Amino acid sequence: MNAREAIGDTVQFVQGDKACVYGALLAGCRFFAGYPITPATEIAEEMSRLLPLIGGTSIQMEDEIGSISAVVGAAWTGAKAMTATSGPGFSLMQETIGYAVMTETPCVIVDVQRGGPSTGQPTRASQGDVMQARYGSHGDYELIVLSPSSVQEAMELTIRAFNLSETYRVPAILLTEESIGHMREKITIPDTVPLQSRPATEDEAAPHVPPFSPFGRGKKAFVTGLTHQDNGHPSTDDHEVHDRLVRRLCAKVCENMDDIFQADTVRMDDADTVIVSYGISARPGRAASEMAAQAGRKVGAITLKTLWPFNYAYFAELAQRVDHIVVVEMNCGMLYHSIREAAAGNATVTLVSTLGGKVADPTAILEVIR
Amino acid sequence: MKQASELYETYLRTDMLPTILCSGCGAGVVLNATIRAIDSLKMDLDNMVFVSGIGCSSRLGAYINADSLHTTHGRAIAYATGVKAANPDLEVVVFTGDGDCVGIGGNHFIHGIRRNIGINVIAINNYNYGMTGGQTSPSTPQGSVTTTTQYGAFEHPFDIAQLAKTAGAAYVARWTTSHPLQLQKAIRKGFSNKGFCFIEVLSPCPTSYWGRNKVRNPEEMYQWYKDHTIPIGRAEEYPEKIPIGELVNVEKREWTEQWASLVRKVSP
Amino acid sequence: MIRINEDYCKGCGYCVRACPKKALHLSAQRNANGVTPPVADEEACTKCRLCEVTCPDFAITIEEEDEE
Repeated sequence: MNAREAIGDTVQFVQGDKACVYGALLAGCRFFAGYPITPATEIAEEMSRLLPLIGGTSIQMEDEIGSISAVVGAAWTGAKAMTATSGPGFSLMQETIGYAVMTETPCVIVDVQRGGPSTGQPTRASQGDVMQARYGSHGDYELIVLSPSSVQEAMELTIRAFNLSETYRVPAILLTEESIGHMREKITIPDTVPLQSRPATEDEAAPHVPPFSPFGRGKKAFVTGLTHQDNGHPSTDDHEVHDRLVRRLCAKVCENMDDIFQADTVRMDDADTVIVSYGISARPGRAASEMAAQAGRKVGAITLKTLWPFNYAYFAELAQRVDHIVVVEMNCGMLYHSIREAAAGNATVTLVSTLGGKVADPTAILEVIR
Repeated sequence: MKQASELYETYLRTDMLPTILCSGCGAGVVLNATIRAIDSLKMDLDNMVFVSGIGCSSRLGAYINADSLHTTHGRAIAYATGVKAANPDLEVVVFTGDGDCVGIGGNHFIHGIRRNIGINVIAINNYNYGMTGGQTSPSTPQGSVTTTTQYGAFEHPFDIAQLAKTAGAAYVARWTTSHPLQLQKAIRKGFSNKGFCFIEVLSPCPTSYWGRNKVRNPEEMYQWYKDHTIPIGRAEEYPEKIPIGELVNVEKREWTEQWASLVRKVSP
Repeated sequence: MIRINEDYCKGCGYCVRACPKKALHLSAQRNANGVTPPVADEEACTKCRLCEVTCPDFAITIEEEDEE
């Protein structure tokens, strides 16, 4: 049975967590390792049901560190591999996410965000892991973080996370929230999806991305988290080797911004004010834009699908065009800081922040604009 | 029989020799025994993956001329589980140490054994965290001086092989670097067992451990492991000595075999 | 004959202890690498290879005469 057959009907009414699983399987994911945690558990449950039907492998590990480690190990056999978790487990995974960056291991991590810090609010949504997704591991690095604002997008951006992860040999994180993960919406499942695979030769590879040699093919791959030369051999004392490696790892993500960055826009043509949001917060953001339009105001809305790498040029240009940027986030202000930095004083940047699982009220956003 | 130099050219990344290990470190003895066991089993190096964590022992995998995954501290068994589960045709070997295996990695160790994933784990027990300068480890003998037990260690150490046995490993043996031929044989038998294979090797750390514990010459250390161990069958007569030999060798359904039969059962 | 690779040898002396015939002893003089590699008494050697399998540094090869 192929993945599409295992998924079933073309139109389904499902939770975001399940939509992630569908997206992963359509993208070619054949290995899942996870550990139960609210509100991401449904992903592990659905993987354990569907993967054996299509000849894949699903394993429940002893903790989240074991889960991400098994995913990296599986990825080196050539498999497309994924794990899923929420804040506390995501924290545990950070060291190995750094390892995956350093070893250029394609893999996907789904973080269904809940309220933190610590155990916090297991069953309430949050966007509190935005900074952890970007900066959670030690050292300088870049990776790819995508945020869906609907159940349909949870499926589509999981596919995209796999494709980008394969193309650039970098971990890709699907950063969603409990609200999307547990919400049921109607989705339409495609019969085929565009598929990317990690480059086998230099000709296939994107700029700054080395070809991938999976285990078991006689290539004698040398994989280490130590600072290493191009042939993989450790070289931990030479500042030039480290400098070259780290800058290349960052460049392969940042210099391919045009391919990686995506945002949906509405009412931007003559906007003087723009509401920027992502994930579940995009919904009140877009609603506020529509309400403002009805009141005769020129208020656009941007829904970010790519959070990291952060597109400074995009926001610098935006700040030249509009007077006011309103950032709506379900945290104390995370992406807000980067947007303000990019705006560099050319536009006023205001934060609308909600916490505790509360999604922003469109009227509260309109208050800020007024 | 292959000549040693030929054996080394075949199985080692000779461009990386000599090893980074100290003079008198036992880890090289384990590496030597491992490649000889692989050679006598006629295993295909291109089908083998050597996974390791962090520490002196974890550097061994990189010296073998095969695919190697040098991972994060304590997690080698979890990474190896992913490799084996995703591609059961691969022969997976983990090199680990006492700190890596039962300190930071203790949870992965017992759960790898519990699920009986078919990997081969060789734990080099040198009684301390050698690479970081000789701190106490979960296997440090009581009374030993280490850099973090300057007045003598008092905590009860793990008997690592016994722990593996209790957790349910399919193959368990303990030898020392002063028993290289017996170690080779254990590796051959362990690698031939389809389940989780665990081999503990007591191994001297001359730089960080023994120097502080009044055995200063590698030749004396070599003798210490002869004098302080006893074949497991005679262990009751010599309770003060460390039992060595084969603790377990049983057939037990392995994880990837069970997964494959589950897939056959449920897939239409 | 017993061939010692002085580039690999670290002079630990395990081979000296391992040899049942006492056919090896460490050199009194340090070589260019600062180590005292073993010196072999070819007459005493029975080619049991215990030194070879014990060597942690892959520095010893027992060569069979008839293979040359």
